[in-house]
Amino acid sequence: MSQPTSQPIVVAENLTKHYKVKQGFLAPEKTVHALSEVSFTLDAGKTLAVVGESGCGKSTLARLVTMIEPATEGHLTLDSTRITEGSKSALRSSVQIVFQDPYGSLNPRQRVGAILEEPLKINRPEFDKAGRTRLAKEMLSMVGLRPEHFERYPHMFSGGQRQRIAVARALMLSPRVLVLDEPVSALDLSIQSQILNLLVDLQEKLNLAYLFISHDLSVVRHMADDVMVMYLGRPVEIGANEAIFSSPRHPYTKALLSATPSADPFARKQRIKLEGELPSPLDMPKGCAFSPRCAKARDKCRIDRPVLDQQVQRVACFFPEVDDESKA
Amino acid sequence: MALLRIKNLSVNFASSSGSFKAVDGVDISIDSGEILAIVGESGSGKSVSMLAMMGLLPWTAEVIADEMSFDGQDLRHLSANERRKIIGKDMAMIFQEPMSSLNPCFTVGFQIKEAMKLHLGLNRRERQKRAIGLFEQVGIPDAAKRLNAFPHQLSGGMNQRVMIAMAISCKPKLLIADEPTTALDVTIQAQILDLLKDLQKETGMGLILITHDMGVVAETSERVTVFYSGQKVEEQAVGPLFSTPHHPYTSALLAALPERATTKHLPTIPGVVPGQFDRPAGCLFSPRCALAVDKCTAEQPLPAGENMGFARCHFPISPHEEAVS
Repeated sequence: MSQPTSQPIVVAENLTKHYKVKQGFLAPEKTVHALSEVSFTLDAGKTLAVVGESGCGKSTLARLVTMIEPATEGHLTLDSTRITEGSKSALRSSVQIVFQDPYGSLNPRQRVGAILEEPLKINRPEFDKAGRTRLAKEMLSMVGLRPEHFERYPHMFSGGQRQRIAVARALMLSPRVLVLDEPVSALDLSIQSQILNLLVDLQEKLNLAYLFISHDLSVVRHMADDVMVMYLGRPVEIGANEAIFSSPRHPYTKALLSATPSADPFARKQRIKLEGELPSPLDMPKGCAFSPRCAKARDKCRIDRPVLDQQVQRVACFFPEVDDESKA
Repeated sequence: MALLRIKNLSVNFASSSGSFKAVDGVDISIDSGEILAIVGESGSGKSVSMLAMMGLLPWTAEVIADEMSFDGQDLRHLSANERRKIIGKDMAMIFQEPMSSLNPCFTVGFQIKEAMKLHLGLNRRERQKRAIGLFEQVGIPDAAKRLNAFPHQLSGGMNQRVMIAMAISCKPKLLIADEPTTALDVTIQAQILDLLKDLQKETGMGLILITHDMGVVAETSERVTVFYSGQKVEEQAVGPLFSTPHHPYTSALLAALPERATTKHLPTIPGVVPGQFDRPAGCLFSPRCALAVDKCTAEQPLPAGENMGFARCHFPISPHEEAVS
């Protein structure tokens, strides 16, 4: 993890989210363990990437951090204020979110100007109409759009431009933290790099903290300072970007990295084949959640659940990969 | 002789705002036992050209080609009846979203046996046996039981395996996989790609892989065709394409990959793909090309020779020059 130079902006401690579901009319209620005991810190100007396959709890984490849903257990501290039911509404404007699909996240019946002004109307009553318009136009130029776009509707824009509008909307309330939920995975490759550059620039300019949720490891490697790898609702490895990619310690991280196709036809690499699929979060395996798919699993893995160790690159595994260089 | 040969294929869609050229003078050919990847951004015409070849486009589409032959048959003048005998049998397709391309009202067993009944004329017992065999071949555990499952009872990866089993059920000579792994997680993607490669090797069929993921291309295919805005702009074997791209678009696209980045700022391609109304007069890539000169905006380039990867460019990048950044 990076050294905290000042007080971290977001501190999550043991965040847990369970959903109760019923699978039939008279069936007993079951619990989905969507997220279990997630702890991390996020500093200003830094990017924490959350990676994992679908169903690993990435989006649930985003919903908790943006205070869309309360956590079942654990707590979240924002700017050294504990988030509770009471303090929630005051803190909400400092955490904003950009969604994956810019075709679905913008209201097709609102003009761009109205989309950008709406957060101000609700949260910043001190601005009058002219003030709101001025701020919205400033924001448009900040994300690389032109002032004449102010009067247009979302359908008149391409995917990349829409994602710029979504970023602009998220920035209207000058948040400290931006949750980016797969911000570029719906975009074409040539557009993806434009949006990534925009995000890098904005982070530098506004000292934003990013919680960057993605399944695309090449994007994560490019953007992240720290990386958290999740599996079935639990973090299995947390560490600095470089360390995770160069010497993954958890077998799942290693398998994930090796499964990602690399755009180099000459790279001869060994692929670790993962058998089977993610178990259902309704029916968690006993012991380590990864043990049914893990090649290294032993009896102990199927009985006890490993917890994150206390090293620099934290890993939740009884038999982590040993790397010769990093004897931490 | 090539298994599939398409020469100068164009597809126009009639729309209320005039005709829209989705595919513009594309040549494709593939032999048995070959893996060809078609790469391009959304709207570049990669799926449409394949659908046109299979005759699956709606009536608003106007398909023109100088040659379109598959396994010695001219696809242009086939009646619907004759076409149906080829499609699904000798030429099969796997679609992007397994969840929405399977019929939710029928069991996967019913759906896979349907094609076998039509094309192979097998009886009930033979169909059951073959269906179980196919499910085992594509790695579906507990095959006999899974035949009775509905698509919603299976995961995305399993459904995609069902789609693959269905596509190979009649031993096709050509398999077209349209973004077969885009909707899947990376660990499942790796399984499916390995499966496709193994099947291709086993059966010796031709495989066309339509994708936008450069990583998938690099790891799976042998030859790559790059599409831009309805045109084929480059075609090379996979190794040279990644090391020495000849078309500025290919070169810029590869430079924009985050994994090739050397600085925090990625090289970008400015602007967007031209649409129906702002189609440039000259080279379609000229408004976004860093190397464009006057000639590029005025004249349409023709494909260069094979040593230049058939690059549709007036000034293809030669291997000795520095690649554009």
